[in-house]
Amino acid sequence: MIRNITIGQFFPTNSVIHRLDPRIKIIITFMFIVSLFFITSFYPYLLILIFLILTIKLSKVPFIYVLKGLKPLLLIIIITFLINIFMTKGEVILSIGPLNIAREGIRQAVFMALRLIFLVMGTSLLTLTTSPISLTDGIEKLLSPLKKIGVPAHEIAMMMTIALRFIPTLLEETDKIMKAQMARGADFESGNIINRAKNLVPLLVPLFINAFRRADELAVAMEARCYRGGENRTRMRELKLGRNDIIAISFSIIFFVFIASTRYINIRGLI
Amino acid sequence: MSDEMIRIENVSYEYDSYGDNKALIAVDNVSMTVNKGEYLVILGHNGSGKSTLAKLINGLLIPTRGDVFVNGINTKDADRIWEIREIAGMVFQNPDNQLVATIVEEDVAFGPENLGVPPEEIRRRVDKALEIVEMTEYKKHAPHLLSGGQKQRVAIAGILAMKPECIILDEPTAMLDPIGRKEIMKTLRRLNDEEKKTIIHITHHMDEAVEADRIIVMEKGKIVMEGSPREIFSQVEKIKKLGLDVPQVTELAYELNKEGFNVPCNILTIEELVDAL
Repeated sequence: MIRNITIGQFFPTNSVIHRLDPRIKIIITFMFIVSLFFITSFYPYLLILIFLILTIKLSKVPFIYVLKGLKPLLLIIIITFLINIFMTKGEVILSIGPLNIAREGIRQAVFMALRLIFLVMGTSLLTLTTSPISLTDGIEKLLSPLKKIGVPAHEIAMMMTIALRFIPTLLEETDKIMKAQMARGADFESGNIINRAKNLVPLLVPLFINAFRRADELAVAMEARCYRGGENRTRMRELKLGRNDIIAISFSIIFFVFIASTRYINIRGLI
Repeated sequence: MSDEMIRIENVSYEYDSYGDNKALIAVDNVSMTVNKGEYLVILGHNGSGKSTLAKLINGLLIPTRGDVFVNGINTKDADRIWEIREIAGMVFQNPDNQLVATIVEEDVAFGPENLGVPPEEIRRRVDKALEIVEMTEYKKHAPHLLSGGQKQRVAIAGILAMKPECIILDEPTAMLDPIGRKEIMKTLRRLNDEEKKTIIHITHHMDEAVEADRIIVMEKGKIVMEGSPREIFSQVEKIKKLGLDVPQVTELAYELNKEGFNVPCNILTIEELVDAL
C-alpha cells in the first residue's frame, strides 16, 4: 500500500491548464493571493469565484478534489470564523450569554472565511495541475535572477527534487523497519503519548543512520556522474513560453489588477 | 597505447586509520592494464580491495602511491577529473541510492545535463540509452515503482547517456534477485558486444565471471590470479583456498575428474559438461 503513495496532490489530465508553463502558473497564483488581500467588498469575490470555477472546469480536475484541499484547513477556517463573529464590535443583533454577535461581525466572519477558502482553493489548483518536477523547474527558473544576490536557486531546486525522490524510499524503509521491530515485540500503538514517543526511538535511529548512508552514497554517485553544481548545466526539458502562456498571463494581469483596484474605486458605481 | 583503456601502475591506497588501528591498506602495489573493448571481471570477497580499485579508476579516490591512467589521463590531474568520469562511467551496488530524479527519463538525463550537452542532444541520448537497456516503456515511471533489476538498468542507462567508453560496475547485482541479475548480465553482454564498451565488472558471483574475456582475482589488496575464465576456474583447489567458489558445473566436473572419470577440469557451462559426458 505504501508503494502507491503519490507525492503532493498532482491530478494528471492533459488539459490546457496542465500544459501551461509552471512559471506562469506560479506567477498567476501569486497574483491571485495578493489580489485576494486587496478585496474589501463582496462583489470582487463573485468574480474570483467565477474565475476559480472556470479554471477548474478548464483543468478537468474534479471539483471535489479542489474542495478536498480545504479539509486540513477546516479547523483554522472555523476558528477564524468564530473569532471574527464574536470579537467584532458593532450593532448587537444577538446575545448568547456573555457573547455578543454584531451585524458587522457576521459580515467580517463570512468575509474572512471566504478569503481563506479561496486562498486554499487557488493554491491547491496550482499543485493539482502542476507535477512536482515542473513545479521545481518553475521555482528554479523564477529564482534564478536572484542568484546574483546570493539566492542558491539551483541548490534549492535540487534539494526539492532529491527530497521528492527519496520520500517514497524512506517511507518504504520505515515500513520495513517497523515490521522488523514489531516482529521482535516492539509496540508502536499502545500506551500514553510519552511511552509511544519513547517506543519510536528504535524506529528512528536506524532510519536516520540509513538516511545518512544513503545521502553519502548518493553524493558519490552524483559526483561520479559529473555533477558539479548548477553552473554550465543544461536541461533536457527547457521551459518555453507558448501562445497559451501569453494569453493566460495577459488575462490574469488585467483581471487581478482590476480585482485589486476595486479597493480604491466604487465598483457599484461602475456596474 | 591507443588500444589501452586503463593503466594502473604500482598503485597503493590506504584508508586513514581509525582509533588505534593502523592505516588499512586496501589496495597494495597493484599494476594492471585494461584494453579497449575488453570485458574484465574483478573477483574477490569482501574487503579484498576490489571496490576501492573501482573508485580509483573513476577518480573518486586518488592513489596514495602510484598512478592510474584513464585513456592516458592521470587521475591525479584535478583539472581533467570530469573528463575521466565522462570516459569511465561508474554504476554502484545499491540502485536506490544512485537515482536522483523522480522520473526515469529525467534521471537518465542527469549525467548529460551535468556535462552541459544541448537539450535536443540530451533527448536523443536519453532515448537511445533507455532503448539499449530495454527500459523505453518505463521512461515516464517513478523509479521507486520499479523492480531492483529495472532500477539498476536505469542507472546503467544514466551512465550510457554520458557516452562513456568504459563502464565500471561495482557489484551491480549484489542487491538483486536472480531475475534482476539475469537482466543485468544480459545488458552487460549487449553493451560489450554491440556497443563495444569496455566493461569492468566487479563481483563475487562466479557464474557472472564466466562471461568475461579476462578475470582478475584479488585478495588482501593484491592481484593473486589473472587469466581467462577457463584458466582461472580450472584451478579449483587454489580458488577454494582463497575462500571463493567456482561455478557449480566446474566444481562437478572437477569432482568427477578426481573420482577417476575422464572429464576435463576446465568446464564452464552445462552444455560443455553434457558434451564431455
